[in-house]
Amino acid sequence: MDGLNNFIFSFFNLKVMAQYLPLVAQGLALTVVLALLIVVCGLALGLLLAVLRSFGIRPLNWLIIFTVDVFRALPPLVIIVLLFFGLPAAGMSVSGFAATWLSLTLVLMAFAEEIFWAGITAVPKGQWEAARSTGLTFLQTLRMVVLPQALRITIPPLTNRTIAITKGTALGSVVGVAEILGAAQSAMSFSANPSPLTLGAIAYLVLFVPVVALGRWIETRFAWKR
Amino acid sequence: MEDFLFAFLNWDIVTQAWPILWRGFAYTLALSAMTVPLGLAGGVALALLATSGPWWVRLLAAGWTDFFRAIPPLVLLVFLYAGLPFAGIDVGAWGAVALGFLLNTGSYYGEVLRAGIESVPRGQMEAARSTGLTRGQALAHVVLPQAVRNVLPDLVSNTLEVVKLTSIASVVALPELLFQARQAQNATYNATPIVAAAIAYFLLLWPLVRLVSRLENRAMAGR
Repeated sequence: MDGLNNFIFSFFNLKVMAQYLPLVAQGLALTVVLALLIVVCGLALGLLLAVLRSFGIRPLNWLIIFTVDVFRALPPLVIIVLLFFGLPAAGMSVSGFAATWLSLTLVLMAFAEEIFWAGITAVPKGQWEAARSTGLTFLQTLRMVVLPQALRITIPPLTNRTIAITKGTALGSVVGVAEILGAAQSAMSFSANPSPLTLGAIAYLVLFVPVVALGRWIETRFAWKR
Repeated sequence: MEDFLFAFLNWDIVTQAWPILWRGFAYTLALSAMTVPLGLAGGVALALLATSGPWWVRLLAAGWTDFFRAIPPLVLLVFLYAGLPFAGIDVGAWGAVALGFLLNTGSYYGEVLRAGIESVPRGQMEAARSTGLTRGQALAHVVLPQAVRNVLPDLVSNTLEVVKLTSIASVVALPELLFQARQAQNATYNATPIVAAAIAYFLLLWPLVRLVSRLENRAMAGR
C-alpha cells in the first residue's frame, strides 16, 4: 500500500496539480498558438513551393528540391538549436518562440511541398492537356483542374505529417519556451514533484488524441487505393 | 562576411572539436542501431495484436497506439528520465531512451504495419491456411512479406524519422551528436560545431531522404 501511496503522491498529487494548473494551462494556450502559426505558415509555404515547382524552371526546381531535402534530413531540434544558439554569434538573436516557430514551419514546408508535389504529379497528363485545349491558361488549369484533384489525395499523408510536426512544439522547451512541456518542467522543479508533468501529458492528450483520431478517420475515408 | 565565416564555418574550430563531434556521431549511430530494431519489434507486436486479436485486444492496441502517438516523444522521454525517479524507479538515460523509443516509435511502426496487413486480401490468409500452413507460418511467409512490400515507403520514411529523433536524447545528456556539438560550442564560444553537426546529419540522412522521396512518388503515381 505504501508503494501505491507513494506513486499517487508523486504522479497524481492533486494539491500540486491544482496549484500549477494555471501555469500548465498557459502553456497549453501557448502550444495552441505556436501550433496554429506553424500549420498555417508551413502549409502555405509548402503549397507555394509546389506550385512554383510546377512551372518547370530547372535551376529554380533544383533549388527547391535541395531546400526541401535539407529540411527533411535535419532533425527539427538541430534546426532549433542552430537558430537559437547559433544566430547570436552573427549578432542576430531570436527568441525561443521565434526559433521554434521558424524551424518547425520550415520543416513542415518541406514535407508539405513534397506531398503537394507528389499529388500534382499524380494527376494524369491528359487532364492538363484537356484543360489547356479548352482555352484555360496554365494557372487556371492548375487552380481549377489539377489542384482540386491533387489536394484530395494529399489529405491523408498531409494530416499525419502535420500532426507529427505540430507535436514538435514540445522541443521549444529546450530553448526556454514556456509551452506545455516547458511550463510543466518549471512547475516540476518548483514543487519537487512530477505531478505537473502528468498534468502536461494530460494536456497533450486532450489536444492531440482528437486530432490523431481525426487523422485515422480521414485516412480510412480517403484511403489510397493500392 | 569574414565575421560570418569566423562564427559559423571556422575550420580551426572544426579541427579542435573533431574528436568530440566524432564521438557524438558514433553515439548517434549506436542509438539508431538500438532504437530502430526496438521500434520495429514493438510495431510488429502491436500490428499483430491490432489485426488478429479478439475484439477487446484490438481495441486496447488501437487505444495504446493513439495514446503514444498523441504524446510528444520528448514529453515521454522527460517523464521517464526525470519523473520516474520520484517513484523510486531510476532507469537512467539509456533506459529512458530505449523505453521511450520502444513506446513511441513502436506505435508509429505498429500503425504503418497494421495498414500493411489490412491491405493484404483476406483470401491470402485463407489460401495459405488451406494448404496446411499454421497461422504463424501463414503470417510469416505469406501475409507479412506482402504487407511490408505494400507499406515500404512509409516504413523507410518512419525509419528516417527515428534516426532524426535520436537527437532528442541530447536533452537527457546522452552524448550523441547534437549534445556533443553543444558542448563543443560552449567550450569554443563559436557556432561552428553546431553547423558541422547539422552538415553531418544531412550527409548521413540525405541518401535516405532521396530514397523515401522516390518510393513515395512511385506509390502516389501507382494509384
